[in-house]
Amino acid sequence: MDNQENSGYSLKEVQKGNRSEFAKLINAHSNQIFRLAIKILGNEQDAEDVLQNTFLKAFQKIGSFEGRSNVSTWLFRIATNEALMLIRKQKPEMNVSEFSDEDIDEVESPVQFIDWCCLPESELMSDETRHMMDKAIYQLSEALRIVFILRDIEGLSIQETSQVLDLSETAVKTRLLRARLKLREQLSTYFGERLTDRSE
Amino acid sequence: MKYENCDSMLSMLSDFIDGELSREFCTAFENHLEQCPDCSIVVDTLKRTISLYKDNSSETVNVPADVRERLYKCLALEEYINQ
Repeated sequence: MDNQENSGYSLKEVQKGNRSEFAKLINAHSNQIFRLAIKILGNEQDAEDVLQNTFLKAFQKIGSFEGRSNVSTWLFRIATNEALMLIRKQKPEMNVSEFSDEDIDEVESPVQFIDWCCLPESELMSDETRHMMDKAIYQLSEALRIVFILRDIEGLSIQETSQVLDLSETAVKTRLLRARLKLREQLSTYFGERLTDRSE
Repeated sequence: MKYENCDSMLSMLSDFIDGELSREFCTAFENHLEQCPDCSIVVDTLKRTISLYKDNSSETVNVPADVRERLYKCLALEEYINQ
């Protein structure tokens, strides 16, 4: 537990207030946190605010960190909360329930049944496709987007995602399925049009 | 999604894709896919959707030098920035 994840710093020293070790902790985790914040917020300026606030809070609270999760999961939790607070500040009209009531809705059944997996890689990975994918992910509610980012993009386990978001694993799984299906529908509509164009 | 049990398959979809279904449910799911072209397409395109997002996000993101500098400054850790 001391040398967290072989990241090159001593957690015990960080917790004793060793500033040099805290700088090593920043080196070990800042790229990860910055990337997460960009994915959630969509721009570097807001991501910088989240990065600073995350490490300020971590600096204040690391002494009471009990090690129930690993440090990166703990930092992801702080960063995600900071990102959500920023979104709420920027969109005060947004109902708080948009962040928390996602589980009551049933999972929507798929409606698109076009097999677009056969499309060439050049089309699946084009700049236009990337742009559409970015647009699709930002059309998800924050509650769904964050679960998808943590689990499918950052590669956290269901358990780690539930720790970061303080949600039950069942709620994480429900949100994840909804996010995945919504994105699949959007991609199917988009690639379905490409397939129609090709056959004409 | 024409078959009666398509909806019950839907609830197991993520676990199936993530390889977290028990052997028993996994076999039932696979048997269903053999008979249901629509669910088969949903599984294939869902896997591809996830892999496309992963691939598109696989590039390394480094904190830009100026952002890093401001981060160390706000934490009063400038003296350790080059360690």
